[in-house]
Order: sequence, then structure tokens, then C-alpha cells
Amino acid sequence: MFGVFCVNSTQNMQDIYQQMILEHNKNPRNFREIPAPAEKFEGYNPLCGDHLWLYIKVNENNIIEDISFQGKGCAISKASASLMTTQLKGKNLEEAKSIFEEFHKLLIHELDPELDQHNLGKLKVFSGIWKFPARVKCASLAWHTLKSGLEGKKESVKTE
Amino acid sequence: MNFDYNLYRQEFPILERKINQKDLIYFDNAATTLKPKCMMEEMQKYYLMGAANIHRAVHTLGEEATLLYENSRKKVAQYIGAKKTEEIIFTKGTTEAMNLLATSLGLSFLKEGDEVLISQMEHHSNIVPWQLLREHRGIKLKIIPMNLKGEILIDEYKKMLGPQTKIVSVVWVSNSLGTINPIKEMIDLAHQNKSLFIVDAAQAVAHMKVDVTDLDCDFLAFSAHKIYGPTGLGVLYGKEKLLEKMPPYQGGGDMISSVTFEKTTFNTLPYKFEAGTPPIAEVISLKAALEFVEKIGLEAISQYEHTLLTHAENKMREIPGISIIGQAEKKASVLSFISEQVHPHDMGTFLDQEGIAIRTGHHCTQPVMNFFDIPATARASFCFYNTKEEIDFFIEKVKKCLEFFA
Repeated sequence: MFGVFCVNSTQNMQDIYQQMILEHNKNPRNFREIPAPAEKFEGYNPLCGDHLWLYIKVNENNIIEDISFQGKGCAISKASASLMTTQLKGKNLEEAKSIFEEFHKLLIHELDPELDQHNLGKLKVFSGIWKFPARVKCASLAWHTLKSGLEGKKESVKTE
Repeated sequence: MNFDYNLYRQEFPILERKINQKDLIYFDNAATTLKPKCMMEEMQKYYLMGAANIHRAVHTLGEEATLLYENSRKKVAQYIGAKKTEEIIFTKGTTEAMNLLATSLGLSFLKEGDEVLISQMEHHSNIVPWQLLREHRGIKLKIIPMNLKGEILIDEYKKMLGPQTKIVSVVWVSNSLGTINPIKEMIDLAHQNKSLFIVDAAQAVAHMKVDVTDLDCDFLAFSAHKIYGPTGLGVLYGKEKLLEKMPPYQGGGDMISSVTFEKTTFNTLPYKFEAGTPPIAEVISLKAALEFVEKIGLEAISQYEHTLLTHAENKMREIPGISIIGQAEKKASVLSFISEQVHPHDMGTFLDQEGIAIRTGHHCTQPVMNFFDIPATARASFCFYNTKEEIDFFIEKVKKCLEFFA
């Protein structure tokens, strides 16, 4: 229906751009290269022009020993990549996969961080994104890049 | 000059809408223009009281629909200065017109090694069809360069024209930069070289006088929805003698004279290129849209829009950290800009919360973005129902946005 996306604009801005997102946009964590033999995956969102490279080092016990990213993008995609790296470092791949699933549900409003059980931690700052369907892809770019990369699809991932 | 935009704003009920509790300010006219009531009334009349197919039935409703459809073709011909109505072909948009040309000219006029020239600032719809043709026919695609202001380098263009150059296909007004290209001069040069010239007029048609006879272009295409008309409809103009020689683009109903399993004879122009039931309501309502524009007057429109652009550019230049992308001497009312700190997409979301609709992204011109080494721009594009007050509000909010993300 027309009008479905129109709500209180000040509230909206605070929902999507929570302080932590703005802060991670300005000072992204793990914003660096990890030299080979770390894996390197490319992600691209042609709609916004968001373009990132993800670096990941997984040890023999499937633990993510180090994870980082580089690239250009909007505040949402940058903060999402930054927070992803902080949340996944030290986790094993199974845990990472389960967090990705929860994060995905959060983005499409199938998980309410206040009501449902979750292990999202700081990632719940993205709970307002579902109100901005065009921006969901910005928030999920780093995650899709990681998932496809780990599944062995080394070609550039697109989220448009 | 006094331009009474209020008189025309009333024709657009959407301008009464609140977006996120703010008055809608629509600055995305280069993507699509808003629709006036007079155009919608024509469309509704056809669907509710007409609704017959064209060129088929002998009953009254069929005759009526055919008459209205063909009257619209006449209107388009007159509007763009075509000598014959047969030279007007309805397509589903500029994109389909470009695909039609690349396919049909590719089958009839081009052979391996022939060259097609396009410019650095083309929309993807004037790049990809030629690339597809290159795969099939082995043609060469060459790119006319531009300078950092976003202007085509005419001297380079002259040097590129050669015996292999069969077609030049160039955008009249750039959708991402606003540049108005010296299209008439470029057409003359192409013709001196015996090359055909295609004009992509998608962005030009709502903002300046189009006269295909004066331009002497071989083909020209535009979309109805960028000139206050409906979506799903485009116009292709072509010189009769060329269209006659070109094979059909699609086969089906209406484009044939007779069909047996052994042989099909094609219909005459323009029907040869209009296979299947066309968007009849859209074609009929396009006439109303063009008459609406004529009533206001294209000269008054372009003058007023130019004052809006100048006003916006002057204000934008005062904001530290903002760069205008596309600074050609001659520009239509398109203002593309980037900020050092804020990504266009974040800017777009911020402004949307203030009721302001701008476009953000690469505008289907990725080679332009690559040329300027940027991923995207924010783009405000103005037309006659916009006002200086709207621009002042917009500028104020751009400043607020920079503060928000600082």
C-alpha cells in the first residue's frame, strides 16, 4: 500500500543510524589487509557502489583466528562489516553460521532482539534496518560475501 | 521572468503527499517525471470506456481505439518534427528502441569489422545492446572521450570518424552529468563521413525542443515516462528510407501482411516494428502528456528549469566538502554531487526522511562513475513543478546531513 513506509522521520533516522553504527562507520574496526595465506573474498553491491574485500584466517580447529575487511561503502555497509569482524573473531565456523542466520532474520524482521533469544550481541543495532528495504542489502553485504566465500564461491558476490 | 508553477503543480496530486510527515519534494525527475491528471484521465477513459484492441476489429470500439492510437502517433510526429507519421514507432521504452536498432541494423547494415561510436557518458542502454551485437557480428565498439567537466571532446570525435564508422550513437543530455551535447554538430560530422547517427533523447525530450528534421538525425529515441507520460512506452523515430530497408525486430501479430507456414510478408511501416498488442492506453495518454507540455511551452520550461539549476548549483558550491560532478558549459537541470564524508546512499536515506526524493547510485552509467573514480553520486534533477523554496530546503538538509554523519 502507498504510505506503508512513511513514519516518524526523526525516529526513523535514529532507528537506522544508531550511535554505534555511526561510530563504526567513522572508525571501522579490523579495517586492514591480512596477507596470504589468509582467504580473500570480494563483495560488491552495484546499487550503492559498495565494494569490499574480506580477509579471513581459519585454523585447523575451524576457529576464526583473524578476520578483517577493506573497501568503500556507505555507513551501513561499513559499520556492518566492522561489527561482523568484531563479533566473529574467535568463533568457530558453526557458530559463525548460526549468527549469520540470526542476523539475516533480524534484517528481515523475523527476529525481535527484545523478545526472541539470540546470540547477536552488538549486532542488534541493525534492528531498525528492515524499515528501509533498499538498505537491507547494504547491511548484509559483508555477511553474504563471507558466506559465499566460505562455501567456495570465490567470484565477486553481488547483493543487488 | 514570472513562471507560475502553482498553476501546473495542481495537475500533480502527488505533490500534496506527505512523505515521512514532510511535504514531498520530488527531485528525481531524471529517473521519471510525475504524472499529470490530464494524462491519467485519458488512460482511465480508455480502460473504463474504450478497451478494444486496435487494427483488428470492425466494431465501433475497435475503430475508436485505432483512431485514438493513431492520433497519438500523429501527435508524436508533430511534436518531434517528423515529416511522416510512418516514421514513428512505439516501443516499450528508450531501451527497447536501442535494442531494436542494434539488432535490426546489425542484421542489415553492419558486418564484421564495422565500427560503432558511442560516448563515455552513455546510459547502459546505449552500451550493452552494441556489446551484444559485437558478440554476434564482430563489430567494433569505440568510445568518444570526454573531459573532466563532462564534455565530449569534439576534436577527438572528428579523428575517430573513419571509413569503418557505420554508426554513431550518442546521448543528447547525460542523465548522470546533465551535459547537453552539441548533437547537431556531431550529426553533421557523422553525415560528412557517411555514418548513421542515433540520438538517445531520453533526458532531452522533456526539457528542450526536439526537431528531428532540423537535427537531420537518422534515428532518435525517448521514453514516455520521462515526459510526464506513462511507463512502459517509448518512441523510436527513424528516417523512412532507412526503416524500409531494416528487417523486423520481433515477429507476431500486427507486424505482418500475410502468413503461411512457407512464407510471411511483413506489414508496412510503422507496423512492421510493432509486433503484438501494444500498450494502447499508454500510447493514447501520451498525447495528453505532450499537449500538456506544449500548453506550458518548452521554452518557458527550459528557461525556468535553468534558473532552478543555477540557483541550486550556486548554493551547493557554498557547502564545504561537496563537489559537483558534471560541470559542462551547457547543462540541463541535473545536479550530481558527492561529499567527502557522506556516501550518496546515506545522503539519500537522510533526505528521504525530510520528504526529499533524490536518486543515489551510478544512474546506469557505470563508465561515468569509473571515469571520475567514484562509486556513485547523489543526483537532484529538477523540472517545472519544482521551486526555489524547495531547493533552499534541500540545501539546508544537505548541510544537516553532513553534520549528522560528521
